[in-house]
Amino acid sequence: MGEMTYRAAVTRALAEEMDRDPAVALLGEDIGPAGGVFKATDGLFDRFGGDRVRDTPISEQAIVGAAIGAALAGLRPVAELMFADFAGVAFDQIANQMAKYRYMSGGQVRLPLTLRMAGGAGLGFGAQHSQQADSWFLGVPGLLIAMPSTASDLIGLLKTAIRLDDPVLVLEHKALYPVKEDVAAEEFLIPFGQAGIVRAGSDLTLVTSQLARREAEAAAADLAARGVSAEIIDPRTLVPFDFDTIAASVRKTGRLLVVQEAVFPGSWGATLAAWVAGNLFGSLACGPSVLGVPEVPAPFAASLESEWLPGRDRITAHVLRLLGLPPAEGDAGPEPAGRGAGPQPVTGREQQPA
Amino acid sequence: MQAADCSADLARTLYSRMLEIRYFEDEVQRLFFRGLVRATTHLCQGQEAVTVGACSVLGAADTMVCTYRGHGAVLARGVSPAAAFAELMGRSTGLCRGKGGSMHLMDVTAGAYGSFAIVGAGLPVANGLAWAARYARADSVCVAFFGDGATNIGAFHEALNLAAVWRLPVLFICENNLYGEYSPMRATTPIDRLADRAVSYGMPGEQVDGNDVLAVRSSVEAAAARSRAGEGPSLIEALTYRHGGHSRGDAGKYRPEEEVAAWLARDPIEAFGRWMSAELDVGDGDLAGLRDAAQRRILAARDEAAEAPAAAAGDLHTDLYASTEVRSWAR
Repeated sequence: MGEMTYRAAVTRALAEEMDRDPAVALLGEDIGPAGGVFKATDGLFDRFGGDRVRDTPISEQAIVGAAIGAALAGLRPVAELMFADFAGVAFDQIANQMAKYRYMSGGQVRLPLTLRMAGGAGLGFGAQHSQQADSWFLGVPGLLIAMPSTASDLIGLLKTAIRLDDPVLVLEHKALYPVKEDVAAEEFLIPFGQAGIVRAGSDLTLVTSQLARREAEAAAADLAARGVSAEIIDPRTLVPFDFDTIAASVRKTGRLLVVQEAVFPGSWGATLAAWVAGNLFGSLACGPSVLGVPEVPAPFAASLESEWLPGRDRITAHVLRLLGLPPAEGDAGPEPAGRGAGPQPVTGREQQPA
Repeated sequence: MQAADCSADLARTLYSRMLEIRYFEDEVQRLFFRGLVRATTHLCQGQEAVTVGACSVLGAADTMVCTYRGHGAVLARGVSPAAAFAELMGRSTGLCRGKGGSMHLMDVTAGAYGSFAIVGAGLPVANGLAWAARYARADSVCVAFFGDGATNIGAFHEALNLAAVWRLPVLFICENNLYGEYSPMRATTPIDRLADRAVSYGMPGEQVDGNDVLAVRSSVEAAAARSRAGEGPSLIEALTYRHGGHSRGDAGKYRPEEEVAAWLARDPIEAFGRWMSAELDVGDGDLAGLRDAAQRRILAARDEAAEAPAAAAGDLHTDLYASTEVRSWAR
């Protein structure tokens, strides 16, 4: 074990895979001698050379297209799109080309390519440098989507992404880059479609990831002091999705809350809530609930951004309401309208025939 | 026709391939009107010399991407006409097992790496195919076909710029048929010579007679030699004409009659036949024999495709992911 930042975890995963397989090559803006704007590729240019760590012009369509073509021809490219917001510039290449290539070909080709991008708010980058891209691509069949929350998850998932023969979006959270954690020194992989149980609990299943997960973990500690036992599950990958781990937890707790850094409409949390309502109705003690961000763009000012993100206290208050418990001291009471999707009317288990 | 070193054997091959494409497209039009090809078609009668001339200089390791008006490019690479027909008719024996259709013909075993239904989208992908070749220290090239309309979309400019900066072995070949869908080029494009756009990217740009199969061939041969020698990409603008309309039943009535007549008189296949007679002493009977043989091959391919079963409903979920099991949310 050793301490490592989430940022250094990216570098380690890339270096290990480049050492292992000469077909792995990197491309992106400023990833070469500059080491990337987030310094996630720091040192890789010196170590692996300009043929394998290629700087590109500021041309996101060209970056993704080059990664697609290279993957078709047998390379295992890892492209960095810098800020996840820039995926919008390459939307056609990602959603129309990369995702559909194999299917439209009738299975003639494989696309072993990985697109890394840094999403997420919390650092005051404003509306065009703080978005998460997961909701944009969740409904596009053909893509795999990983959302690593910790340095270990990043290493294990990024390495797996590079080895898979399918196109993968690895959505990193930029606010996590400086966060340090203990990471195993020996090599390891984390399979896709395997959620992590972050904290065991019995009263409520709290599904969350990345920055929101850190807030949820803090909230769970507060809730424990109130005698509430929250089970926290990190899905790790949105596609494929680990239904079984979450279903087992919801069957045990009877309650689902998703905390996500995304607006409710078209989100993975909304999709999961619908799935749980449709498939686990008889196990539920209350309606599945989603705590997301307000339906406005990510704001700039710190006072606005902290209001926008789902923070520790709001998560705690939301859980208490779901459980029908009185608010914590100092909590203002009911959620203001328009802040994610509020708690649903109680239904389900109590009303089911025995 | 350009004076060129062309053997009688090569001429017969080029002539036959152009004829196959012509007959294929004529037949697709009939199948479309009979309802056997659904949705839409974008046919390339009149443009055969561009794809046949260009692909005639490619080797087995070279790659190619093309557009939704791509039946000709794919056939020019030697893809099976029967499998192409079958794809258009939604048959299980289709090139893409019925999952691609007219706008997405692909056969990587023949180096046909994709037909793109989004204007310009194939150009960035061509760069990647070429990058992989360079990465492997191979001397293969990638040909990217696209239309005049694509030179106004961002992907074109991003792709040419990256190809030039990385010195990639890509041959960007613009099939300039003077119309972007229904709009004449003069209404959408502020310059007359699209080859001039190469100047912005520091690469050679050349305009050729796209109805002269030998002129296209020699231009592409020279560009390919530069790319194979590590000198990077080229832009070739091949001037040609779409005999028909944009798609489906469009008769192209928005085009002046005298313009259409002038281009029909410059039919690339008839012109090459005349050249073969004059320069290679290929007799009228010989040419007629080549035409008959090409037509027979195409009709046989059509019939073979028509007899194949429809794409199997059970294959709906296959071919999406290569290495990962992804369970559906809708269960």
